[in-house]
Amino acid sequence: MKSIETLIEEMRSGSRRALARLISQVENETPDGQHALKLLYPHTGNAATVGITGAPGTGKSSLVNTMTKELRRRDKTVAVVAVDPTSPFSGGAVLGDRFRMNDLAGDKGVFIRSMATRGNLGGLARATFDVVRVLDAAGFDYVLIETVGAGQSEVDIAKAAQTTVVVEAPGLGDDIQAIKAGILEIADIIVVNKADRPGVKNTVRALRAMLDLGHRQKMVAHHGQLMLMQDGPDTEPEYDFWRVPIIQTIAVEDDGIAKVIDKIEEHGEHLRETGMDSDRERLRLETELVDRLQDALLRDLLDKTGPDELEALLQQIINREVDPASAVRQLVSAS
Amino acid sequence: MSDRKIRVLIAKPGLDGHDRGAKVIARALRDAGMEVIYTGLRQTPEMIVEAALQEDVDVVGLSILSGAHMALAPRIMELMYESELDDVAVIIGGIIPDEDVEPLKEMGISGVFGPGASTESIIAHIRGLAARA
Ligand SMILES: Nc1nc2c(ncn2[C@@H]2O[C@H](COP(=O)(O)OP(=O)(O)OP(=O)(O)O)[C@@H](O)[C@H]2O)c(=O)[nH]1
Ligand SMILES: [Mg+2]
Repeated sequence: MKSIETLIEEMRSGSRRALARLISQVENETPDGQHALKLLYPHTGNAATVGITGAPGTGKSSLVNTMTKELRRRDKTVAVVAVDPTSPFSGGAVLGDRFRMNDLAGDKGVFIRSMATRGNLGGLARATFDVVRVLDAAGFDYVLIETVGAGQSEVDIAKAAQTTVVVEAPGLGDDIQAIKAGILEIADIIVVNKADRPGVKNTVRALRAMLDLGHRQKMVAHHGQLMLMQDGPDTEPEYDFWRVPIIQTIAVEDDGIAKVIDKIEEHGEHLRETGMDSDRERLRLETELVDRLQDALLRDLLDKTGPDELEALLQQIINREVDPASAVRQLVSAS
Repeated sequence: MSDRKIRVLIAKPGLDGHDRGAKVIARALRDAGMEVIYTGLRQTPEMIVEAALQEDVDVVGLSILSGAHMALAPRIMELMYESELDDVAVIIGGIIPDEDVEPLKEMGISGVFGPGASTESIIAHIRGLAARA
């Protein structure tokens, strides 16, 4: 086994094999993987990250396929991270997104990696973004992250990207499923794919109405602070809102895709011009720092306390001898 | 690490038309706790080896029903070698006449599974490979 330093050196001089191996180390959260992240971190922050999420079967992988082709026509290099759920029963997974991206084979400016959600409850966004960091450090211009917009953690991944594309398709039911899942709130761009199918107009109209209703809230940057703003018809244009575009596409025919890429580029510009990119980045990193700190402190405390002591304390709480808050104070001050 | 996930690429090289068998295997491996990257029909040897490299798999499983295994296997093994993927095991499932099994193994194919092979035997073979790695 090669050392991490050697792998990084090889990766930075273009070895895709080294890149793939580094990703595995990071994905498996090995000590080597953590060491790699430490060395790579200074080289991150340059890639544009785009989350692509939506209900199963809406055409996300097909879109990633044609979006990547369009980005390649614009001379951008592209990495793809495609996340699929792990079976809760076996711990295994069938990762089938790559199947729709066969067109991209043979292009050295493209790198595709499939990932399973594994047992990463809550930490999925973090684990995914650590992999994205490796690809970022490898020098890709764009990193596209496909997730199924089903659970909170998948939504978290999408949110952690600079630009989030939510994919809808006609015929998913009249009251579009994703609206229920609250997924529209995170969209910077909405794509209505399968525009060759009947019902597109209704889907677009329903989505437009949802957006215009003003039920949306947006994080906006104001004097370097992120604030939650109601984005409605009555809002004073004091803030420079991003108007979420709705774009119709036929992913399998490469129709409407250039427009999606135009909007992604425009959104990137918008973030830079308004200073929102650094505000979002700051918020993201702050959240990550606090998350990791919580994890580390908790793990540390549980290591020191041990299960027996915890069990005894729990029994006292059950017996109404100690209240939960006092129990916590007791644990924290003892350690 | 003992709980490290085994990653397997399942691909179907060549031009024959259906991938039912490959899908059955993919699901069986998933149910055995493995992560299976499924790339589907009509994969060229170049596509298969590139996917194996990017996905950093432990095992490549080829499903070949067309009878073209004696043409496809050497090309794939050659590309695996060129890409420095010689530590990745390659297995073949499909319609393989008995007399071809030995030559395939001599090329470096680690396991050959005919139509009668049970999914259990394939799973056991892959687990054995992973334990050795
Ligand atoms: N008619 C039509 N079919 C499409 C279009 N885009 C994708 N499809 C088909 O829709 C099916 C699902 O496409 P995928 O790209 O795998 O969708 P996905 O959202 O990635 O699916 P999951 O990852 O399983 O959630 C496939 O059969 C595609 O060929 C389109 O624009 N029009
Ligand atoms: Mg997909």
